[in-house]
Amino acid sequence: MFAMPIAHACASGLGGMRAAGDLVARMQMARGMRLVEAKAYVAERLGVDPSELSDPVLMNERRGELGLGRLTTFEISHPDEPTAIEAKANIAEVLGLEIPAVRLLDERRHHGASLG
Amino acid sequence: MPYRVPTRMGDGSLVHLTPGEIEADVRAGVEAAVKRAKVPPLAEDEIEHLVDIYASPARFTGVDIGAEVVLSYDGSGAKTFASRLQDLQMYEQCFAADLVELCHNDYSFKAVKTITAYEAQSMRDAQLALTVPVQYGAMPNLGLYCRPDGPAPNWAELLPLGRFDEARAGQEEAIEFAVTDMVNVGVELAESGADGIDFDTAGAAGDGDFLATLRAAEALRARYPGFGIEIGMAGEFVLGMHGELEYDGVRLAGLWPREQLRLATKAGAHMFGPAVNVNTGKTAAWNVARACTVVKPCVDEATIPIHMNVGMGVGGVPMTTYNPVDAVSRASRACVDILRLDGL
Repeated sequence: MFAMPIAHACASGLGGMRAAGDLVARMQMARGMRLVEAKAYVAERLGVDPSELSDPVLMNERRGELGLGRLTTFEISHPDEPTAIEAKANIAEVLGLEIPAVRLLDERRHHGASLG
Repeated sequence: MPYRVPTRMGDGSLVHLTPGEIEADVRAGVEAAVKRAKVPPLAEDEIEHLVDIYASPARFTGVDIGAEVVLSYDGSGAKTFASRLQDLQMYEQCFAADLVELCHNDYSFKAVKTITAYEAQSMRDAQLALTVPVQYGAMPNLGLYCRPDGPAPNWAELLPLGRFDEARAGQEEAIEFAVTDMVNVGVELAESGADGIDFDTAGAAGDGDFLATLRAAEALRARYPGFGIEIGMAGEFVLGMHGELEYDGVRLAGLWPREQLRLATKAGAHMFGPAVNVNTGKTAAWNVARACTVVKPCVDEATIPIHMNVGMGVGGVPMTTYNPVDAVSRASRACVDILRLDGL
């Protein structure tokens, strides 16, 4: 287990939530964009250069500013910032993308009201 | 005493070779791919780059800053450490995964269909707790639909007896069951908020397995335009267990990655994962050279992201459970650098 995820992540990975890997992945999954196109799209939406999407220092700041969710660590946590499904709602807005779980949340939030 | 570099065999064992021997292995791997898959050889500068990567004694290597790719982890939520949800969170929080995959340890759609409601609930829970995309993964696994595990006649028993028509009919019957299961599971997971579905090791049981996958992908794409559909292959070419099956007028038996990609794209996949098997008796350098040569025409032609399978026993990563990081990082960098992949 040690070698496969960690070695790949360190050797060639975009960094997931440490940087902007999850955002680029979303464009590949939902729109079928190839890497160059997906990076350019996300970079434009975040106001950064595509080459900066894997920079954890810069992207941590940008994610905090836009409320896209940040990793918590032993040294620091972000209790006053969006996380998980909250962050995904912001990601959907920033990327101009429908995220299924966010759509379901919106639909189900008003479920009781529609019954009453 | 000539200078020797520590490097790996395809089974992960450590060997010491001279840079000249490594270069000879890289060239032999390219040549093996050209001969077997009828593809063009790598360019001279690409061969030299592979030699540089594998002739280095460094413990670790990586792509250039800014050249990183998306990492999709099949099998990441499989109750390896703790609960499945906790495993997914660990991949998100500790392993920097770009997207994660909820799955069941049985990892076959036929098995999963009996517990789909529970899998959908687990997906919903995961979607509420994670920020990165979460897809659901399983294998088409056509073999489970034949006797004694399933209702269809067992083609693996019929073929050696020369009963070809019955063997083909058995596969055709199994395909219908498999498509139904994959579509039903896919719909349930999509409706529970999944970001995508991964048809993993497609074609493992041959051309019927691949056809069932393509038909299921086509049905799900028609219903969910923005759903992530990944088709990852089981091997480098499609085995002709049936031999006469076609999709979109193309015979499936014997297809190599580029032709597999064309059909996956046609079926509506948003990501395609070619797989090239490792020869454990050859060096890692030979294997990665062969894998890159086989896959290059596929990446060059792609209009959807290519997430090459670069894991245990495929894509130049040795076939061993406890893989050395020197071998994994070399394969990772080599495939990204040479192929300009969209992901792994």
